[in-house]
This record gives sequence, C-alpha cells and structure tokens, in this order.
Amino acid sequence: MPITYTSNEQIEVYRFSAPAAIAIPLFALAVQAFVPRWLPFFNIFDLPLLIVIFFALARRSQVAGLLTGAVIGLLQDSLTIHPLGLYGISKTVVGYGASSLGVKLDVENAGSRFLVTLFFYVVHEFVYFLIARGLVRLTVQWSWWHELGSALANAIVAVALFAFLDRFKQRA
Amino acid sequence: MENLIHRYRNVTILVAVLFAQILGLAVQVKRTSENQSTRLIRVWTTDAITPLERGTVLLHLGVRDLWRNYLNLRGVREENRQLKQQVQQLRIEQTRLSEDAEQAHRLQALLGFKEQFISQTVAAQVIGTSGSEQSRSVYIDKGSRDGLKPDMAVITADGVVGKVLRVFASSSQVLLINDQTSGVGAILEKSRLQGVLRGTVNGQVVLEKVMSDEPVQPGEKVLTSGGDQIFPKGLVVGTVTKVAPGSELFLKIQVRPAADLTRLEEVLVVTQVEEKAPELVASGPPMRASDILAQRLPSVPDKPAEPAKTPVGQTPGPQPVAEVTAHAAGSTPSPATPQLKPASGTTLPPPTKPAATKPSTPTQTPRAPKKPPPAQPDVGLGLQLEPTAPGEPPQ
Repeated sequence: MPITYTSNEQIEVYRFSAPAAIAIPLFALAVQAFVPRWLPFFNIFDLPLLIVIFFALARRSQVAGLLTGAVIGLLQDSLTIHPLGLYGISKTVVGYGASSLGVKLDVENAGSRFLVTLFFYVVHEFVYFLIARGLVRLTVQWSWWHELGSALANAIVAVALFAFLDRFKQRA
Repeated sequence: MENLIHRYRNVTILVAVLFAQILGLAVQVKRTSENQSTRLIRVWTTDAITPLERGTVLLHLGVRDLWRNYLNLRGVREENRQLKQQVQQLRIEQTRLSEDAEQAHRLQALLGFKEQFISQTVAAQVIGTSGSEQSRSVYIDKGSRDGLKPDMAVITADGVVGKVLRVFASSSQVLLINDQTSGVGAILEKSRLQGVLRGTVNGQVVLEKVMSDEPVQPGEKVLTSGGDQIFPKGLVVGTVTKVAPGSELFLKIQVRPAADLTRLEEVLVVTQVEEKAPELVASGPPMRASDILAQRLPSVPDKPAEPAKTPVGQTPGPQPVAEVTAHAAGSTPSPATPQLKPASGTTLPPPTKPAATKPSTPTQTPRAPKKPPPAQPDVGLGLQLEPTAPGEPPQ
C-alpha cells in the first residue's frame, strides 16, 4: 500500500478513475446550475467548491489541487455572465491550500472536514471579493453574517457529500 | 538553481497559474467584445451541461403533465365554471378597452406617431441558471438554430424578464433585469417620468435617474420606454414598492418585477419587432368632424331621417377586434401586445350633406352648408387638417 510520510504520520494518498474525475465535477456544475431554478436559496451552496476541496484533500498533491481548482473554477466561470477567471483564481487558491493542509492534517474524519470546509469557504469568498472589486470592478457586498451562514451550510453539506464521494476513492 | 526550482516547484506552478488567469482576466476586462477563446470555453461548458438540464426538465414536465392532466382532476368542474364567468367579464371589458384603443390609434395617426408591434416571438423553456449569487442569468433551450440573436428581449405574460446575452447553437443565456449589469429604459405609467431600471447586488430592481421634483407613489406601474432599443415600448416591467430620496436630485425607486424572476419556467423571446403607423380603415369619402357631430347629436333639425344603426350606448364606428398577427412556424404569438385592428366591413357611414369645416363651438353643430375647403390631407378618420409646415405638428 503506497503511503506518504509527513511529520511522522501515515497519510494515505488517493486517486480517482478518469470517468469519476470528469463526471463528478461536471455533475456538480450541472446541479449547481439547475437546482436554483427550483430552489433559489440553493445559490448559497457552492458544490464545485466542495468538489475542489474534496479532490485536493484526497489527492494531497498541491499541483493536482491547484490545477483541479483552476479547471473547475474556469468551467464555473463560463456559466456566469462575468469574465473567466473570477472563480478560477479563487478555486486555484483553495485547491492549493486544501491540498497543502491535507498533507499535514488528518482530514478523514467528519469534524476536520467540517472545519476545513468552513475555513476554505470563507477564503474562497474573500479571494473572489478581492478580485471582483479590484480587477473587474464589480459591485460586491461583503456581509460577515451572510458569509459565515453560507460557510456553515456548505460545511454541513460537505460532511455528507464527502462521505458519499469516498466511494469513488482508489488507493494510489 | 535547479535545487531552488525543485524546492519551490509547487509554489512556482501556483504563481504561474494565477498569473495566467489574472492576465486573461485583464484582457477580457479591457476588450469590449468577447474573444473567440473565452467563447469556446463557454460553448464547451454549456454543451456539456445543458443536455443534462434539458433532460431533467423534460422528465419533470412529463411527470407534472401526467399528474395534472390525468391523475389530479379534483375541482376541475368548479374551476371551469369560474373560468367561464371570468371569460364573460373579460369580454365585456375587452369591448370597452378596444374602443379606447381604437381612439388612441386614431390620435396617434393624427400626430404621425409610429408604434412598435411585437410581430414574432419564440417560446422557450428555462433549463438552468448561472448557479451564482453574483450573476443573475438563466439558460433557455432555444439558440441560434431557432433564430435567436444577442440583445433580443425576453418576456413572459406577466412582464419583462431580461435580454438575450449569449447565443449558442441550441441554448442561450439570458441576462435578467435584476442583475447589476443590466439596464432597461423605463417610464412610470401615470407620471410619465423616465428613468433607467437596474438590478442591485442583492437582486432587487431599482429605477434610477428619476428627478425628485415630481411625486411618485408606491403602486404605480413601471413600463418599458423603448429608449434602449431592445425592449418594445409599453411592456410591463413591475410596480413601484418604495420611494426614497436618492443621491443629488434623483429619487431612489424600488420596483417589484412583474414577472417572478426566481421561478421562471417558460419565456417568450421577441425575435421581431415592427415599427409602423397605426392602421386605420376609412373607406368611402372623407367625413368632416362636423358631419360626425351632426350625426351624433339628435337635436339637429335639418339632418335627414336616417336613424343611427347602432344600439343605444354604443358608439358608431369601427369596432376593433383583437387580432394577433401571423407568426412563423414554431413561433408563438405574444400575449403582451396584441395588435388591434378594426373589424372588416365596419366603417363610418358616408356624409349625407356637406357641412362646415369648423364648428364655432364644440357644442354647436353647423346649421348651414359652407363651401368645402380645397383638398387637404385625409387622415383616415375623416377629419381634414390644415396644411402644416414640414416638422410642424398638426394643429
């Protein structure tokens, strides 16, 4: 069993089959685009972000994490009316950060997954806010209550979603 | 050096990927039109996502129709009775409104106004959204194959929805009016004040650039002004909900959209708008205003004994009927602005004798015939106008 060693801790590295690596992000994007038509409040969830965090934590490779974040972010950008790169840059940062954290922490249990998602959701929103305001000059509002509420909701969903997606993991 | 690069390899890749995206973002922001490379990514993503959404929508509609049309028929008989009553009431109201509309058409023709008619629409199904709080747009299942082009107006029976932003082969992206980047030329129905309708960050709709020197009341309807060259004039946009003093001399008017933008299912894309003068039917010789007055006033002694053929309480003249213009195959008529045309064969009765061109007062009718003036432009109603200079409005 291939094992990587970091800080005297055994951490498993996972990989995903090509169909799963392609279908899961596409399915998440489709759900993200489709469900708000029926349930407008669903917009507070960011399923593509959760997928980026999940892949980054499982693969534990910074390059793979940031590239996954960039690709999924750009695909998400292409569904919006804004220029490509807003979600791309935000998710690149999150992918890199989550995979870096995954190397050093045990992120296989529900508690750590909850906290990691909570933290990286806020990071993602903050980076998006900076780029939208600074580079694209979009009018974006920052509300701590809204962001923390959304982060909490996403973290709860992430725990259930990650448990389901664990089935697609393959030991590298 | 190699060790240094190897040591910071991951960070170097991160910086390179971020730099490339920031560069791409800057190029897109600077360019006004969308370049081919970014359009390709959008096309690929849309082509990958929309079939799934389209299939889900079709499945949902199938199940819903099965339930509504075959299984859940409770209360249909009672609903049918209520609808029949409603139809009767609406018919009465239609008769009244069509007379008003016909009169408005005549007046517009007198003043040389041109009207915009929605002559062709394409019905489309909403299949998805952008999935982002920052981007308020929806995807519809019609694209360039169905004749859609960017900047076409998108409406529902309730009101304006938005405009077509990007068109793909079999789907299109529609920018909603509550997005912060949208703008609609609008006018208040009663006060006739014009402004610009914009979306806000939190998805509300506000009317801007309305001067604060005239009062605006909540409840007033907001219509399209036609000034943006996208939305035909007179479509319902929404209702004023809140009026507050804004910056400088402008009011900040909050508007509730007439169409429910959060639960859109079917929409109409306006693919063709015609601009033409209102049509008027005036067969037979022209009539003077005095002739019409003479016919309508029973106290005139010297009129021939030709009784009015119209029933009591009904104005003689053409009775317009709502008539929807022809539509191309696959397109549907728009319920927003049906064209009103006079019914065939209903024209004003011809004058029985010449009369004075101008009565002395509106209540007086001419008693003696006068020599008719030289030929003047006939405007269809029978009223003859004084010749006016080019560009000068008719008297």
